[in-house]
Amino acid sequence: MSLAQAVPSPATPSKLAIWINRNGPVLAIFALVFAVWEVAVRALGVPDYILPSPSVIVAKIFVSWQLLLENAFVTLQEILLGFGLSVVIAIPLAIAVVYSRIFERVAFPFMVSLQTIPKVALAPILVIWLGYGIMPKVMVAFLISFFPIVINSVIGMRSAEKEMIYLVQSMGANELTTFLKIRLPKALPSIFGGLKVGIGQAVVGATVGEFIAAEAGLGYLQLISQVRLDTPLLFAAVVVLSLLGVLLFNAVAFAERIALPWSRVATDVAE
Amino acid sequence: MIDDRAGPAVENASAGVPIRVSGVTKRYQSARGGEVHALDEIDLSIDAGEFVSIVGPSGCGKSTLLMLISGLIPATTGTIAVGGAPVKGAVGNVAIVFQRDVLLDWRTVLANVLLPVEIKKLDPLSHRRKAQDLLRSVGLAEFEDKYPGELSGGMRQRVAICRALVQDPGLLLMDEPFGALDALTREQMNLDLQRMWLRDRNTVLFITHSIEEAVLLSDRVVVMSSRPGRIADIVTDDLPRPRGAHTRSDPRFIEHVERIRRHFLALGVLSET
Repeated sequence: MSLAQAVPSPATPSKLAIWINRNGPVLAIFALVFAVWEVAVRALGVPDYILPSPSVIVAKIFVSWQLLLENAFVTLQEILLGFGLSVVIAIPLAIAVVYSRIFERVAFPFMVSLQTIPKVALAPILVIWLGYGIMPKVMVAFLISFFPIVINSVIGMRSAEKEMIYLVQSMGANELTTFLKIRLPKALPSIFGGLKVGIGQAVVGATVGEFIAAEAGLGYLQLISQVRLDTPLLFAAVVVLSLLGVLLFNAVAFAERIALPWSRVATDVAE
Repeated sequence: MIDDRAGPAVENASAGVPIRVSGVTKRYQSARGGEVHALDEIDLSIDAGEFVSIVGPSGCGKSTLLMLISGLIPATTGTIAVGGAPVKGAVGNVAIVFQRDVLLDWRTVLANVLLPVEIKKLDPLSHRRKAQDLLRSVGLAEFEDKYPGELSGGMRQRVAICRALVQDPGLLLMDEPFGALDALTREQMNLDLQRMWLRDRNTVLFITHSIEEAVLLSDRVVVMSSRPGRIADIVTDDLPRPRGAHTRSDPRFIEHVERIRRHFLALGVLSET
């Protein structure tokens, strides 16, 4: 009945109806999973320190919101600094790879082979070098988000067709104009693809960095909760961390939609 | 509004420029390291305002010749002059249309047409009007603000042609511009192109695989043989203009087409049955 009311006329379904149509099934699955979880935990009498029910986790989030927020802010700082550093270094480096033979022949293959190192494994070394503060986490977030950005940027900047370059050269364009009018805009979808992978990786990097050695942050909070067997808080930290990830991913996706209004490729916002 | 040239499409700006190609040979290294002899001793003179087509088998160096004339790649030997001046580097007065429309997906239709105006730093106001007039003349007036992704193949190639013409090129180089279009769209594009050429009278060098298309559009058709590319024949085609569907049944049209086809038979590009 309520659905029928939300639809003013069959020809023009309301925004709400469209939204329900698109997101309804996913929301229903989530609701089902949480319901089963809640009922099973209560029915089987599972203790909170093994698996807290969703309602206990939500309650914990409300009670400990200040603690969660303080630590989330630390982690967010690490993510943003690491990711920002990636962007600032990766994109100019990609330009160098596209325009310089030495970078293309030497630096790029070198970077690609470095890619095979599990960056997370470097975290303990970084702690030795950089101490217990924010820096080692920033560096792990940077290292782990750097490669997808640089590789996607290089691929994007190389993707301009030969004819397209000839075309602007025939109009008398120099290299700078060719870059600004052709290569860069042509590369943007690919660059944003790299940024979207990169931001997710940066969240992983910062959290793992906190696992190794930290005095604050959501990863640190998890570690503490684990030691204290405060499983509800552990879960609460996971929830906040995923919310943070979704938020950051959507921020990049939003920037993409602003920057690429012409893009027909659906860049659906993560649920 | 200081300058009266800023008038709309009535300005009949571009008288075509002549082309002189003498003794041009092009060799280059192929990707596998072997040497490709693409063109051999090409001599060709094209008058100002003439419409010349080049037909020939794949790999006969037609596109290479076109790129040499544009100045974007250098000849191995020989000289090329466009508008009387020897070609060294990109020629200023030239516009190119490729088989792929190479529209910039991130620009609207109008902004695509205005690309050469931006790069050449021409007067934006008057050329904006000119671009709009050109788009109207090919039936795309309502598509100005659309993105290329929203257009059909034929519409996209029309935009590419408008982009070439907005700069009033003395020479229009077209490399199989309609090769990717369906037969009906292609016929219409031929007529559109002829109409614009009759209006502007720029020099056109038109590469095609279609013998009929070449005979329909051209003042002269250059027939090339392959590897290395040489000129096998030049067919003068003085059928009355404007040409159209009726031209195809003209005995002289059929005669020209047959003559060119015989070259391809002789070259082994076509077989009798």
